[in-house]
Amino acid sequence: MGDGAPLPGEPTAGLGNAADRESLLSVTSLSVRFGRGTGPVVDGLDFALAPGETLAIVGESGSGKSVTSHAIMRLTDYAPGADVTGAIEFRRPDGSLQDMLRAAPDTIRAIRGNEIAMIFQEPMTSLNPVFSVGNQIAEAVMLHQGLDHASALRQAEAMLDQVRIPDAVHVLDRYPHQLSGGMRQRVMIAMALSCRPRLLIADEPTTALDVTIQAQILSIIREQQRELGMAVIFITHDMGVVAEIADRVLVMRAGAKVEEAPVRQLFRAPAHPYTKLLLNAVPHLGTPGNALAGAFADRKAAPPLCQVDGLTARFDVRHDRLGRVTHRVHAVEEVSFEIQPGETLALVGESGSGKTTIGRMIQQLTVPTGGKIRFRGKDVAELRGPAQRAHLQKVQYVFQDPYASLDPKRTVGDSIAEPIRTHRLLNGRRAIETRVAELLQRVGLEPGQAKRYPHEFSGGQRQRICIARALASEPELIIADEAVSALDVSIRAQVLDLFMQLQAERGLAYLFITHDMAVVERISHRVAVLYLGQLVEIGPAAAVLGNPQHSYTRRLLSAVPVPDPDRVPDRSGLTGEIRSPVRPVGETPPIARFRREGPGHLVATEDGAAIVRAA
Amino acid sequence: MSLALPVRGRRRSAGIRNFELIAGGILTTAMVALALVAPTLFPNVNKMDLRARLLPPFTDLAHWLGTDPLGHDVFARIATGGRISLVVGVVSVLGAVSVGTLAGLVAGYYRGIADTILMRIADIQLALPFMLMAITFIAILGPGLPILITLMIVAQWVQYARLVRGITLTLRDREFVQAARAIGVAAPVIIWKHVLPNAAGPIIVLMTLNVANNILLESSLTFVGLGVDPTVPSWGGMLADGRTYVQTAWWVTVFPGLAIMFTVLGLNLLGDWLRDRLDPTSSR
Repeated sequence: MGDGAPLPGEPTAGLGNAADRESLLSVTSLSVRFGRGTGPVVDGLDFALAPGETLAIVGESGSGKSVTSHAIMRLTDYAPGADVTGAIEFRRPDGSLQDMLRAAPDTIRAIRGNEIAMIFQEPMTSLNPVFSVGNQIAEAVMLHQGLDHASALRQAEAMLDQVRIPDAVHVLDRYPHQLSGGMRQRVMIAMALSCRPRLLIADEPTTALDVTIQAQILSIIREQQRELGMAVIFITHDMGVVAEIADRVLVMRAGAKVEEAPVRQLFRAPAHPYTKLLLNAVPHLGTPGNALAGAFADRKAAPPLCQVDGLTARFDVRHDRLGRVTHRVHAVEEVSFEIQPGETLALVGESGSGKTTIGRMIQQLTVPTGGKIRFRGKDVAELRGPAQRAHLQKVQYVFQDPYASLDPKRTVGDSIAEPIRTHRLLNGRRAIETRVAELLQRVGLEPGQAKRYPHEFSGGQRQRICIARALASEPELIIADEAVSALDVSIRAQVLDLFMQLQAERGLAYLFITHDMAVVERISHRVAVLYLGQLVEIGPAAAVLGNPQHSYTRRLLSAVPVPDPDRVPDRSGLTGEIRSPVRPVGETPPIARFRREGPGHLVATEDGAAIVRAA
Repeated sequence: MSLALPVRGRRRSAGIRNFELIAGGILTTAMVALALVAPTLFPNVNKMDLRARLLPPFTDLAHWLGTDPLGHDVFARIATGGRISLVVGVVSVLGAVSVGTLAGLVAGYYRGIADTILMRIADIQLALPFMLMAITFIAILGPGLPILITLMIVAQWVQYARLVRGITLTLRDREFVQAARAIGVAAPVIIWKHVLPNAAGPIIVLMTLNVANNILLESSLTFVGLGVDPTVPSWGGMLADGRTYVQTAWWVTVFPGLAIMFTVLGLNLLGDWLRDRLDPTSSR
């Protein structure tokens, strides 16, 4: 418990100065722990929030930022063994102060959803799948405002209009699974705002969304905030998002406040080294001087390591009553590129762009519908038996989720040794153990940790183990599928450094699949931008990022949050959804032709065909 | 981000796990040891002593658990009966596990035609009433221990096959299985090294439950005359025989009942311990 936490029932002191008397919410020495004998998850946190203000709480996983928001809503009541101390005072509409921690259950229910509303990270799981969208919004309205069903539905429709959902009347009757992630998050916002709350708590509301959709959601939240005059607590790990939305920023680490400052001051002069670290992790697009591109240019003469030619992948999704296929996902359409030895090619795109499918086809995890993949000049599809195994030795895959990609029942040493055993690279237990120890050391872990199980490691360490496993078979190409997306920003930088060091040492080629522009800028020599399964632009990283030619590339780059509160980009053109790659059988999308923009820089031509559907 | 709550109830302390091992080990060993030494201790278990029929327990040192309506010593019969009951319970479950797990792994991992065929066979198997099948086969082949165990395996492999298939279906799409595939590990090796160990927990739980079931199943088959030779004592048979005397001579049924209970309890405790033992995340 933090020092000086008031005893229950004691009137809260500590609201000293005049500004605090106006505050909508004031949190005083808040501490949360789960179960006796465990350390505090939130440790003596103080902050206040004025009406209409936006406070961003920033931190990495385990910093206690989500737990803080749950404590404000008293959702910690549902967590077994949660021990919450301190005071959380919320000003009710009638001007009285209510200590949330000591409020009666009835009072809490009246406040929750009505005066304080919350939106969550996962729009896919936070809506009830068996109720229509309209009924779910109407339920909240009826509960708190005592309206009858018909007028509640009318209000729901008005709310959906406000969050810019096109054709709101029809969306009311839809079920969550019929809507995209961005649409669902809008529905969540509509639901949260339906009772005109005084405070909105947004817990990583855009983390699961693509950047272009994220930009739209942020602008909706800003707009609604202005309209309703509500205060917002915005929980995030992304400094770019903070710069766009916050008035004030609270940086948390390990349950405690590291720094609190107005947003401009924090970005101009961060006081704490941890804040600087977080700020350095944000992409500064358009900053020239990508040393990588220059360093690589002289090695271009070598024959390509991997050539992809007209690669196509389609999956059957819908059948008619007789079992005939009626619709297919056109995941990848006629994609061609090549990777040089020792080069990093970044495949960039939003969800549904087919970037992962391309990686899986090169690794032979997915069978292509058409096109050719050549590795060192040989057609991969024709490889059989030993030749196929040799291919799988030379190409390795690092998955996105380091928690899922290691077998929980095997020691990490065993996992790392698996490629060595499979390809019989070494014989004898001793030789293999020595090699595993070397590999562990190479990725920055202790050789003695080979005997441990994956759950004993943190996410960053696990991803290092996955990299060690990939290195064990001495590959020439590593496909990294969002390999650093699940990691915290400070860890991300270390793992990216490791990738780059290994490349310099061993001349590895990388196919880096990602949606994160910061990663692209840092690691790639060349960038390929995908949209709906087709390549729209490919070229040297400096050219594509610094001089984007295709309208979609520009759109994508403009949606990336900029870590400068004074330079929020104009995104008036950013509307609409990412189009679905599902098409009826027989309808093939037009294949774009490419024009040369510069050396090695190809751009798909856009003769009038609108790439983005209007909203 | 969601609340990172410590998982309660799922993880058990080292103390409880040690208790499981010790208590489960003692109970199971005692029952097995008793069954093993029974023939030497009680060579003439079927000797009737009609003068000493229905003796209550704890009155006569020679019959400390009492005697049954035919004057058999209850303790001697429990010790000897354990042989049949344990063999039936354990062997039938081991057989069903082997067949069912193999079928489930193949069906779940390879999908396609193997899956369709195996699961249709399983559906047919589930649609057949066990008693009908048992009566038919025993009528044709005659009663006996091997046929009884075979019948149980035939009836129960389906449970394991369905369980394992379901687990395999989710495991085969997990990233660590895909990672193994990406490395180039052959399918049988993936199944053996990555899928089976991760499916072991639920299989063990189902096994320990089924041992108890099968001991009772043997008794009900014996009761309707389809089981082993009724003169050979078994726990289930003793329960059936004592049924008419429950109100006057409770010990005839209660003691074999307790024997079944302790065996099953011991195996369950051992099963729980083994499941935790095999799960690296549960050891701290």
